Amino acid sequence: MKKLAIENVDLWYNDFQALKGINMDIEAKKITAFIGPSGCGKSTLIKSLNRMNDLVEGCKITGDIKLDGESILGGTDVNQLRKRVGMVFQKPNPFPMSIYDNIAYGPRTHGVRSRAALDEIVEKSLKDAAIWEETKDRLKRSALSLSGGQQQRLCIARSLAVEPEVLLMDEPTSALDPISTAKIEELVIHLKKSYTVVIVTHNMQQATRISDSTGFFLLGELVEFGKTSDIFSMPKDKRCEDYITGRFG
Amino acid sequence: MRSRFDRQLEQLNDMLQDMGAHIEKAIAMSKQALIEKDAGLAGRVVELEDEIDQKEKDIEALCMKLLLQQQPVARDLRMISGALKMITDMERIGDQATDIAEIVIEGDTTLSEAKKGQFTKMADDTIKMVAGSIEAFVKKDLQMAKDVIKYDDVVDELFDSIKSDLIELIRTDDANGGQILDLLMIAKYFERIGDHAVNIARWAKYSITGRQAQ
Repeated sequence: MKKLAIENVDLWYNDFQALKGINMDIEAKKITAFIGPSGCGKSTLIKSLNRMNDLVEGCKITGDIKLDGESILGGTDVNQLRKRVGMVFQKPNPFPMSIYDNIAYGPRTHGVRSRAALDEIVEKSLKDAAIWEETKDRLKRSALSLSGGQQQRLCIARSLAVEPEVLLMDEPTSALDPISTAKIEELVIHLKKSYTVVIVTHNMQQATRISDSTGFFLLGELVEFGKTSDIFSMPKDKRCEDYITGRFG
Repeated sequence: MRSRFDRQLEQLNDMLQDMGAHIEKAIAMSKQALIEKDAGLAGRVVELEDEIDQKEKDIEALCMKLLLQQQPVARDLRMISGALKMITDMERIGDQATDIAEIVIEGDTTLSEAKKGQFTKMADDTIKMVAGSIEAFVKKDLQMAKDVIKYDDVVDELFDSIKSDLIELIRTDDANGGQILDLLMIAKYFERIGDHAVNIARWAKYSITGRQAQ
């Protein structure tokens, strides 16, 4: 079942066209990886999925992006959209506040005030992000005291706290060591039971390990999109094969 | 930008060709030892087997290193995994050439002129198949791989023909049962070498197309 439908999307930053005629369906409760060399448009596309590009001056988008069949462009309530479509960035970016308050921040802005309800959300989110055991005895300590890998899992927990349906991850492990990377990958595979995940990665092995589908982007175009196992064993497009085998990029 | 990896893949192809040349030599020597009843030459085939085994180990080590260091995908992964699989068949071919040589050393393999012709043809055909299968892999030549697979029928027919002749011989000359069995085993070893060449050709096909043989 498709969760997101990207239909004929063109995107410009002023005169520069960053996305060209993108069409793709993102399946619900699957992991979809976007790969391609720097500047190919994959981060631009992932940011378009929860309207993060609205913040970029001179950004213009045409075509349509639909979440559960409803357009997210035009007059959509962006706050509501971002509640449904959460984002985790390359560099962990915890707020300079306690671990507890980092997680409670989103629910509070969406009107949750009850202490008991917030306690429950914090515990569940930290458990879902596989960081509860490491933080349950220090919830009042600053989130900045955590390691990089822990901070990233905290940021994932923060995204989960508002109960999104889709989780967008823009190179979520590129700043992490192998052990933290492995933990995040395990976590992402676990999360797909409940969430639709879209991940941008430069790590080909990561894409093969965790994703169900992979899209290869080049110069703003979606060159090839298919099952990850097919893309990495028998890609159809020579440019895709040359990229994943390291012949360019 | 990946010149080192490309050089390593070239090295892998070179090593496969080198191992291929050795097994072709082993088949040719065992054939000659059989035809000329040359136990000394047969002994050299047995010695050659150690070299072939070592070459298999060296190729295996290179493949494992490439899997570890380069984490290959797509055609690179198919080439390396194909190489890893086909060297097992190549090593078995070396074993079977040795088995033939050992029968020449230990058994009674006196051949009539007609039999010499049949065994020579069978050995030459299997050498052709082995050479073709390895070349198909290295040059990524799909048609050549298909030709090798098809040619196996010719070698199978040669085996059936030799087998029928030997059965007839048992009927007419029951004093030489041991010799006839030795010759039948030799024919079977050549036929098995053809089968291994088919396996190698199938790995070549997989490396080229990504489709595994049924």
